[in-house]
Amino acid sequence: MSERGGELADVFRREAGRCTATLIRILGDVELAEDAVAEAFAIAAEAWPRSGTPPNPGAWITTTARNRAIDRLRRESSRPGRHLAAHRLLETNMDSDPNPDRNAQLNELDDFVDVVADDQLRLMFLCCHPALGTDAQVALTLRLLGGFETPDIAKAFVVPEETMAQRLVRAKRKLRDNHAPYRVPSTAELPDRLHAVLAAISVVFTAGHTAIRGDELLQVDLCDEAIRLGRVIVELMPDEPEAVGLLALMLLTDARRAARTDASGQMIRLADQDRTKWDRARIAEGHELVRACLRRNEPGMFQIQAAIAAVHADAVHAPNTDWRQIVALYDQLYTLRPDSVVATNRAIAIGALDGPAAGLLALELIDADAVATYQPFHAARADLLARCGRTADAAAAYERAIELTDNPIERRFLEERRATTRRVT
Amino acid sequence: MPQYLMSVWHDDEYTVEFDSPDTKRMFAQVGALNEEMMAAGIWVFANGLQPKSTATTFRSEGGKVSMIDGPYAESKEQMGGFWVIDAPDLDAALGWARKATVACEGPVEVRPFQHEVPAPKE
Repeated sequence: MSERGGELADVFRREAGRCTATLIRILGDVELAEDAVAEAFAIAAEAWPRSGTPPNPGAWITTTARNRAIDRLRRESSRPGRHLAAHRLLETNMDSDPNPDRNAQLNELDDFVDVVADDQLRLMFLCCHPALGTDAQVALTLRLLGGFETPDIAKAFVVPEETMAQRLVRAKRKLRDNHAPYRVPSTAELPDRLHAVLAAISVVFTAGHTAIRGDELLQVDLCDEAIRLGRVIVELMPDEPEAVGLLALMLLTDARRAARTDASGQMIRLADQDRTKWDRARIAEGHELVRACLRRNEPGMFQIQAAIAAVHADAVHAPNTDWRQIVALYDQLYTLRPDSVVATNRAIAIGALDGPAAGLLALELIDADAVATYQPFHAARADLLARCGRTADAAAAYERAIELTDNPIERRFLEERRATTRRVT
Repeated sequence: MPQYLMSVWHDDEYTVEFDSPDTKRMFAQVGALNEEMMAAGIWVFANGLQPKSTATTFRSEGGKVSMIDGPYAESKEQMGGFWVIDAPDLDAALGWARKATVACEGPVEVRPFQHEVPAPKE
């Protein structure tokens, strides 16, 4: 994306997913749609600096992409198989006139190009089809809906570019060869299917939020894209409380972005953050959404996590945090998702509410095998041990946490903590 | 309409004991599912296979055809039978596979065929 400058980059970011979603519906083929949209943006890069940006850039891109795709299909009209669906569309809409007047017929096709709000939703459900693994769902979502370049997606998930390219090709072919339908799932399937979409968006956000791997711009892009997709879902499915919950969670977490690291890039714990740097507008919006979804009384994982983030946001200073409320919310979350991740966070909250010994006790109840390689468990345990005065044990736990950390900023933070622990002794 | 293969897999060498209560139950379940598929107009073919020890494998190399006694794959896993279904799309096929794995009490793999089959002329 970096080679596209200024205004076009903005249009690309805003419109690429939407244009691709519509083109897939028109053409009945993902790769054809992708190629056509890429071609249309290349044409825009030539034309717009000369003629100015059109009043509706998205429609311009979509129409240009459609025309190019149709031209190409005509040139390749003898090719069987892959373009079958698109050919059928051309036959019904284009070839009735033996002496075709191209423009007139393309005008007839304009009905197809009208941006249908559902297109983006269809594409989300396609990208997150349950027949694909999570890795493939997330990669496809970023590629097709976010317009991310393959090398950027590879970098975000720390896999070789070649691996990511293969993953994307394989996922697209699997969907195509299996005749995966391009539609919003029926009411009966919706809960499971929607959860897959929300989970994929959440993975995108987490990749941006936690994996600080040198390319700060890319990480911010990932967070922004996850929030954008969250907004699209909430706009199109306003009655789904978990979708609202996920958006609220992302906004409330992202609100702390500026306070999470200091000038040298060092990580700052929630308790030590300068809360005046929190983004108040995001917090207000997040709060509003949390209230709206909790009123529906259909609690879910994302809503409860959003409620926890909202309680943190309420505290003007860290010591004002309502830990009793947070522990209660983790209790509720644990009944929905009884895993070691939730249990670890719950133990940290108990440590803040009832003291480090109580927190340690809660940690010790977690299955040791399940958390053997779960870094946050060892970091939390080290902190609680240090606060109990068990410095030797704390140092060992920090050691284990550091071993499990591949993020340089987090590693530096843990090494600093370990050093502090030693100084106390 | 697209066609899909739904194959049933076993982890070990198996022999079907037609008289055992487990087999009878499973056959009844599969029979009921076959009827449901026929009623829905999606059933093309289904049958169980004899164990892989009954297989004979052929190879053609440089115009020379060889034959060996045994299955092609040396893996422990073997296909125990399969369905071929007509389904409008993947989601429909996955819905049937969900029912199939329950009915036959074994893992079921779904794969699309390369070519669509034209709808029969009225």
